[in-house]
Amino acid sequence: MVAEMKATKSDLISAECKAEIDEWVAKYPLDQKQSAVMAALRILQDDNGGYLTTELMDAVADYLEMTPMAVYEVATFYSMYELSPVGRHKICVCTNISCMLCGSDEVVAHLRKRLGIGLGETTEDGRITLKEVECLGACVDAPMCQIGRQYHLKLTPEKIDEILDQLD
Amino acid sequence: MVNIEIDGKKIHAREGSMVIEAADDAGINIPRFCYHKKLSIAANCRMCLVEVEKAAKPLPACATPVTDGMKVFTRSAKAVAAQKGVMEFLLINHPLDCPICDQGGECELQDVALTYGSDVSKYSESKRVLPSKDFGPLIGGDMTRCIHCTRCVRFGIEIAGVYELGTIGRGEHMEIGTFVQHSLSSELSGNIIDLCPVGALTSKPFRYVARAWELVQRDSVAPHDCVGSNIHVHVKGDRVVRVVPRENEEINETWLSDRDRFSYEGLNSADRVQVPMIKVEGEWQETDWETALHRAVDGLKQVGSDDIGALASPLSTLEELYLLQKLMREIGCGNIDHRLKQTDFSDQQEAPAFPWLGQAIGDLEGNDAVLLIGADLCKDQPIIGHRLRKAALSGGRISSVNPADFSYHFPRLASRVASNMLAELVAIAQALLDETGKAAPEEFATLSKAVEVTDAQKQIAESLLKGQSSSVLMGEAAINDAQFSAIRSIATLIAELSDSRPGYLPAGGNGAGAWQAGALPHRKAGGRPASVNGKNVAQMLQSEMKAYLLLNTEPEVDCADTDAARKAMQKAQFVVSLSPYASEAVMAYADVILPVSPFTETSGTFVNVEGRWQSFEGVVPPLGESRPAWKVLRVLGNLFNCDGFDFVESSEVLAEISTAAGDMGRDNSISWRCPASLGSASEYRAAADYAGDGIVRRAESLQAVAQSRV
Ligand code: SF4
Ligand code: FES
Ligand code: FES
Repeated sequence: MVAEMKATKSDLISAECKAEIDEWVAKYPLDQKQSAVMAALRILQDDNGGYLTTELMDAVADYLEMTPMAVYEVATFYSMYELSPVGRHKICVCTNISCMLCGSDEVVAHLRKRLGIGLGETTEDGRITLKEVECLGACVDAPMCQIGRQYHLKLTPEKIDEILDQLD
Repeated sequence: MVNIEIDGKKIHAREGSMVIEAADDAGINIPRFCYHKKLSIAANCRMCLVEVEKAAKPLPACATPVTDGMKVFTRSAKAVAAQKGVMEFLLINHPLDCPICDQGGECELQDVALTYGSDVSKYSESKRVLPSKDFGPLIGGDMTRCIHCTRCVRFGIEIAGVYELGTIGRGEHMEIGTFVQHSLSSELSGNIIDLCPVGALTSKPFRYVARAWELVQRDSVAPHDCVGSNIHVHVKGDRVVRVVPRENEEINETWLSDRDRFSYEGLNSADRVQVPMIKVEGEWQETDWETALHRAVDGLKQVGSDDIGALASPLSTLEELYLLQKLMREIGCGNIDHRLKQTDFSDQQEAPAFPWLGQAIGDLEGNDAVLLIGADLCKDQPIIGHRLRKAALSGGRISSVNPADFSYHFPRLASRVASNMLAELVAIAQALLDETGKAAPEEFATLSKAVEVTDAQKQIAESLLKGQSSSVLMGEAAINDAQFSAIRSIATLIAELSDSRPGYLPAGGNGAGAWQAGALPHRKAGGRPASVNGKNVAQMLQSEMKAYLLLNTEPEVDCADTDAARKAMQKAQFVVSLSPYASEAVMAYADVILPVSPFTETSGTFVNVEGRWQSFEGVVPPLGESRPAWKVLRVLGNLFNCDGFDFVESSEVLAEISTAAGDMGRDNSISWRCPASLGSASEYRAAADYAGDGIVRRAESLQAVAQSRV
């Protein structure tokens, strides 16, 4: 019965995702499957429209033979993992020291005004989520933000408008 | 050894040890929150910063190994400045609400702040606040007070073996919790209350009951399992309000099972009888001791001594059990037993002197191979489970043969679930014979013909053979099995063939003591054969005796055959119950209720599974009119005009038992007796959680836990 239950938990992971996770698992020694946990969470988050559920984390725990708690710890530690639904686009604005000194407050203020939402919120149409993040390592071009896999640097209100207009 | 100097004091420190350990050994205090000698080093609180000569920055004493010639300063200007700084940071988010915090007065943060902190806070911004968390009926979670030392998390992962508390989030947003809300499941969970240096994790049953300075701390011994964990009992007025572990490295280390910690609630239960009671024409009357005792004696005298059955709980003290059997035997009755849950008594004549672990509790962790038979450790002996977990984590290979899928908190080599444990064991014994080429004992071949040896059984056999130090342990589910004598034969054979130690894990805090005291139908104190073979518990219930004398037991719940027990009690002409409690059932069938003291209200002795005698004093006076059972039994002896009942102190009873049983050998070997057949499968009925004895059954919070697990 226990075996059956276990099977159900990781059954939530699609065959394609499993194949992708397996590639990561293969990079580590046999008895250290759990090293693939971050990759597995990212893969499942992407597959699930940008966020993780407890069920998905449990599935990862089951698949990589980890204690669920250990997966929750990883998933809540890194700000790149989302634990509730997010918009189609996630705008991550850096407000850490360099960006702040170079005007991230203005960036945030402009975004709030344009989108009508605060930090950590999603527009009503589910299109955009605004998120405050820590230093993303692009301080030379501060202030900055990240949308999807793209960095947008040296932000100004005009530049932000331009970027927003290009989003579908 | 290396030579170091702490605050000018020359110290020999063990190589590889940390500065904080050396300081602790030398009696030099270094403040700490995250460090705990039984847990891994996290070095995350930074409270233990000290100055080390030639080191540019202050170093954490808990994570700095000693090196030869090292000079450490714990109170230099640099060290003090660092400690003060850390203290200030720790208090930034910590509420300053000590007056309403349950930890106040026994809080490590409070103590350290007083010694190492400032008296005025410079911090004027807002503090982080978290909602309280629900960790179940035993542990309160005021997480705003948490200082993130992670002791509780490390305890779960490293000691309890249940990774259910973790660190959620990070930085200023980090929280300790279970993420998905649920009650903590570990049977050792209460230890995190002791570990938590602040008021984040506190005892729920003890909430707002008392301040530390109102309590008196007295020593005692826990009665619920054969480990005999050492405890401190905290008393306010005449009431037991809390129990915490008393450190004993050889027994329970610094830990305590939840059952031993929270059972005290049962001591204060409304079911306690405070006055002797007799039934007159079907109506209960409160009365004085003299009347009640005379009534008891008269009633028992009415029936022939052969028609009396004495049943005692293995939670009773050595003194009580000894006097009970002495009394019964003096009046010519041999029907006495404490093996309430046992069902197979057929080999009792050959049984070892007392059910012994076969080793010291501390030696369990040195086993490199163990076979557990019918041992539900989480439920029955959590501390034994913890010791074996250490064995497993250091490479010991542990296997189990159980009638149901008992859970363990350590990995096992093989886990066999068998409705007929005997057949499984025969196969393992056969595998050992195959492997070693030793000659099978008489008739064994006929028995083993029918079994097929599987790979798993071979694996278990091999592990025991390879083990330099190995054990075969029979737990309560084996001892209470319908084929126990056969299981014992084969288990002992397995132990012999593999050069392992056979051992037992009997029920109750004084199961071993009950054998030594002679609370048995066939053996007197010291294991000497009884002159008449009395009836065992099953026979006493089956044959429906005319009278019963009950000591600390409610047979209708405590005995294996609860239905037979209820019937027997109801049908009996006369029942005397010596018990702290009177339930409705007892009131219905008993004729005399003599209120006797639980272990906290009497002096006494428990013998643990190592054969260790642990005597204790009463920690509170007997409730109401109740009296220690040994005194009641003594007076009963006098009233029956028996010789040798003139004890004044319980220590005199103990001295008499010592003479009779003090030198009982510790030897679990038995002579070979081949089981007649492989027996048959039987259905295993697991007992409910926390239902093992009258005290635990009345401990509300433990019952709430049991409820939540159903
Ligand atoms: S709850 Fe207590 S033991 Fe656990 S991390 Fe917080 S302060 Fe430490
Ligand atoms: S501070 Fe914003 S990218 Fe480094
Ligand atoms: S006790 Fe050393 S860092 Fe916490």
